[in-house]
Amino acid sequence: MGEAIVVTSGKGGVGKTTTTANIGTALALLGKKVCMVDTDIGLRNLDVVMGLENRIIYDLVDVAEGRCRLNQALVKDKRFEELYMLPAAQTKDKDAIKPEQVRDIVAELKQEHDYVMIDCPAGIEHGFRNAVAGADRAIVVTTPENAAVRDADRVIGLLEQAGIPSKLVINRIRQSMMKSGEMLDIDEICQVLAIDLLGIVPDDEKVISSANNGEPTVMNPASRAAIAYRNIARRILGDMVPLMVLDEKAGAFKRFRKFLGIG
Amino acid sequence: MAEKQHIMIKGVKEGLLFLLDDQCPFEDLTAELKYKLEKTHQQLLTGPLIHIHVKLGSRTATEEQKEQLAAIIRSQGNLMIQSIESDPPEDAASASAAPKLHTITGIVRSGQTVEHDGDLLLIGDVNPGGTVLCTGDIYILGALRGMAHAGSAGRSDAVIAASLMKPTQLRISDVVSRPPEEWMSADAAMEFAYLDAGQMQIDKLSQLYQFRQHPIVVKGV
Repeated sequence: MGEAIVVTSGKGGVGKTTTTANIGTALALLGKKVCMVDTDIGLRNLDVVMGLENRIIYDLVDVAEGRCRLNQALVKDKRFEELYMLPAAQTKDKDAIKPEQVRDIVAELKQEHDYVMIDCPAGIEHGFRNAVAGADRAIVVTTPENAAVRDADRVIGLLEQAGIPSKLVINRIRQSMMKSGEMLDIDEICQVLAIDLLGIVPDDEKVISSANNGEPTVMNPASRAAIAYRNIARRILGDMVPLMVLDEKAGAFKRFRKFLGIG
Repeated sequence: MAEKQHIMIKGVKEGLLFLLDDQCPFEDLTAELKYKLEKTHQQLLTGPLIHIHVKLGSRTATEEQKEQLAAIIRSQGNLMIQSIESDPPEDAASASAAPKLHTITGIVRSGQTVEHDGDLLLIGDVNPGGTVLCTGDIYILGALRGMAHAGSAGRSDAVIAASLMKPTQLRISDVVSRPPEEWMSADAAMEFAYLDAGQMQIDKLSQLYQFRQHPIVVKGV
């Protein structure tokens, strides 16, 4: 019996889908059997980020309406044996499916997989209720911006009411801006939201390029974001992993010097 | 006839005891009393003289209301009223000293509203986008980053106190204030907001006693 984790944020564009794809892949990398579910019906993205768009035959709504079996709709990843994805429908609307149906599908997926990662759409309406229906716990993604933190707070409140424990991931951190005080501080965000911090992910251009290539960043160990996502996956498994040291400048310099030294 | 019984009739040694509900409107009582005496309890009325004691519970009835009740009972020949009384009111001093303060624990997050009639002690934070609404004072043992409205029913002597005073907006009675445009405080720690001549003012929490003017009476030397 596995565990269902919903990745949500309230605000759009903070990196829910990227986080789902990367944590899901990182868990598979650690040898777990993982299924990712895209509940963003009408605006599906997870398949694009994973590079599995051309393998989709059936989708979540097809399963809910009984047009196919659950196993027929699952798309197997091209890199891992034990990584699957259940895509959302692109031609329908969010109300094409009911929370109870999602709950049943997730419960069925939990039988076969160690982790079911649910990608939640932006907003707190029907799509959100669908996504959280079957979840055992939640990962709330935010960025160091006031608007994102405000929405994360709203979502945490809703999750608390639904009785789903949540942990925080702060995405797209720019150390230089945080230091100069232009960006919200990690401590400040944690103080306001008052939930456990699961991890921090530095802003990394490689995330964008690899998403465009349909390859999750986490596969590229040279990327700092990849290390951050791998750390998060290990924390989900219960390992104690210290927070990443974010001094990007010093790190880059050091690596450069090391490179010269070796070369 | 109300669906809930407001009047209980008990037999005691001295006669009959009428126990009247003290929460319902007075009109319901008179109506039910009439109904009971005339319709459902007629067996009481055919018999020897019975002494009646009426207990009003915690209701404080005026002389007029008592007379009204007496008239209804007296209209039946064989019932004789011995007494109509309320429970002795609780000691006035202890009633006013009794804690009216309501305590809640938790974080008021964005989009959530906590409402209370009376004074409120919140142990936890109010986050931006969260609202606390209260007819009395608001005391927050935590950070106030959202909106707080004290004295929402018009009490202009209400105060808002917080361990960390960083609100998005403060309201007392019908006065609205927007920090930091209207006031700024140095470290925002342990402060309270009050109205002075219709203007929102902020001061250190240690100054609240001067505003309240209820000195603590210390026993001993």
